[in-house]
Amino acid sequence: MSDADLIIIGAGPAGMAAASIAVQGGMRVLVLDEQPRAGGQIYRNVGNGAPRGWLGKDYAAGAGLVADLGHPNIRAEFGATVWRVEVGGRVIWSQGGISHISAAPHLLLAGGAQERPTPFAGWTLPGVMPAGAAQILMKTAGLLARDAVLAGSGPLLYLIAAQMIDAGAPPKALVETQTRAMMLRALPSLPRAVLALPTLVKGVGLLQKIRSAGVVRHTGAAAFHAEPNDKGDIAFSFTAKGRRHRIETPLLLTHQGVIPATHISRAAGVRHRWNHAQQAFEPIVGPWGRTDQPHIHIAGDGAGIAGADAAQAAGALAALDILHLAGRIGEDSRNQRSTAPRAALTRARAIRPFLDAAYAPSPEILAPEGKTIVCRCEEITAADIRQSVAEGANGPRQVKTATRAGMGPCQGRMCEITTRGILAACGTSPSPPRARTPIKPITLGEIASLQEQNA
Amino acid sequence: MTIASRFQPRPEGALRLTLDGAPLTAHPGDSLAAAILCHSGEASRTTGRDSPRTAFCMMGVCFECLVEVDGLPNVQACMTEVRDGMAVRRQMGLRKLGAADV
Repeated sequence: MSDADLIIIGAGPAGMAAASIAVQGGMRVLVLDEQPRAGGQIYRNVGNGAPRGWLGKDYAAGAGLVADLGHPNIRAEFGATVWRVEVGGRVIWSQGGISHISAAPHLLLAGGAQERPTPFAGWTLPGVMPAGAAQILMKTAGLLARDAVLAGSGPLLYLIAAQMIDAGAPPKALVETQTRAMMLRALPSLPRAVLALPTLVKGVGLLQKIRSAGVVRHTGAAAFHAEPNDKGDIAFSFTAKGRRHRIETPLLLTHQGVIPATHISRAAGVRHRWNHAQQAFEPIVGPWGRTDQPHIHIAGDGAGIAGADAAQAAGALAALDILHLAGRIGEDSRNQRSTAPRAALTRARAIRPFLDAAYAPSPEILAPEGKTIVCRCEEITAADIRQSVAEGANGPRQVKTATRAGMGPCQGRMCEITTRGILAACGTSPSPPRARTPIKPITLGEIASLQEQNA
Repeated sequence: MTIASRFQPRPEGALRLTLDGAPLTAHPGDSLAAAILCHSGEASRTTGRDSPRTAFCMMGVCFECLVEVDGLPNVQACMTEVRDGMAVRRQMGLRKLGAADV
């Protein structure tokens, strides 16, 4: 049974753009997203609830894409957790505790990214959160941090700092792990980044806003350490310019960039590789988002980090290719209609080599040492993992078997990239870890509900 | 020790919930994790080794925000929208098998 001509997993910029083009081409589309509303993380909750002008114009621009999902030939299901993707195009997903099976000749994975885990001493404490998580709270609940400290690296830190300033909740300090040497390494990529001039100009504007708001800024920071003080706040200490600093804050917001969310693509059997410049695993996709699995395309940050504009363009290209493969448009038509999204994708990607080098993640979070917790679920430390490697574990599976790292409810989403970093630091070149059904934890009842449906 | 919310106070919401019996309000569309974070700066669960945790990733990835909702354990608070009358309990330690069905 075919419920749709195309199933799209993920209603962010890539998935929404693809859905819109696919229905224009006559397809019936099923969109599945785990969140309660369309938009992905970048346009999370856009157009819903109180107007929050301080989130900026780029955020508000997502409302158009969300509105396009209202097309009668798009069935969009939210709160829908995909837990199995089968060869042959069957997708099993759960919503409100009940599982459903959907099938389509084509599948587009547009699951986007997650924040890179940032392990350091104290990162599991209440009062330490990813900066992107705080931004989600701003977008969905208008919740503003009180005297927060932003710490880490990456352009998103600047955007969030600026949004906090505009919302009247400026951060107390901005502590960057970025060093002068990293910026120098990035300089050769700057001429190419000029293709994405508006993005560069925006970045400079954000920095000016942060400076004029008088936010204290440290760069070249290292050796992060957090502990609770006697009020339950976080005492955050770090080394910068040869000196140890200590700041007390109710909320320490850390960030070291984002990485592709690859559990679904890995479980679907798509081949992956290590992207050294981005320090992350990514699926291998062609220029139209095709993978080595017939009928599976991947678009957006889930195929390698390039940002929302690139995701939207890549979603459009994948949809055009799917229309072509389904025999609805000819090759010439596909190629002709791809000119604008292809150009947008090239422009958006032009700045990545510069950003990847200038805001590379801090080495100490890539391969932490000592008692720093790596696997938050099972409370496995860097020392535990290093010991297992010293005792002969030479890949992710052996580390998992020896230590339980990755066996908790997050299924490795918070630790497997760090385990990989430690394995690499110990001299191995680990392959991507396996991901299996169920892709997200589900109850036995959610599996049993399938039988009732089929009975 | 009571730890105040790490976020700025918001106007009272129209929805009424309880957290370990104590009242809190929330706004329609809030995730349960947002409502809890707005209410208190304290841990919303502890691990098997008694280490305190609160909601972390806010996007369904990390499973740090697990709480008990209306008797059902291990609910992801960041993926659950608030409903009027929800009775929420912090999860201290790991849940036992069979404590609540399915």
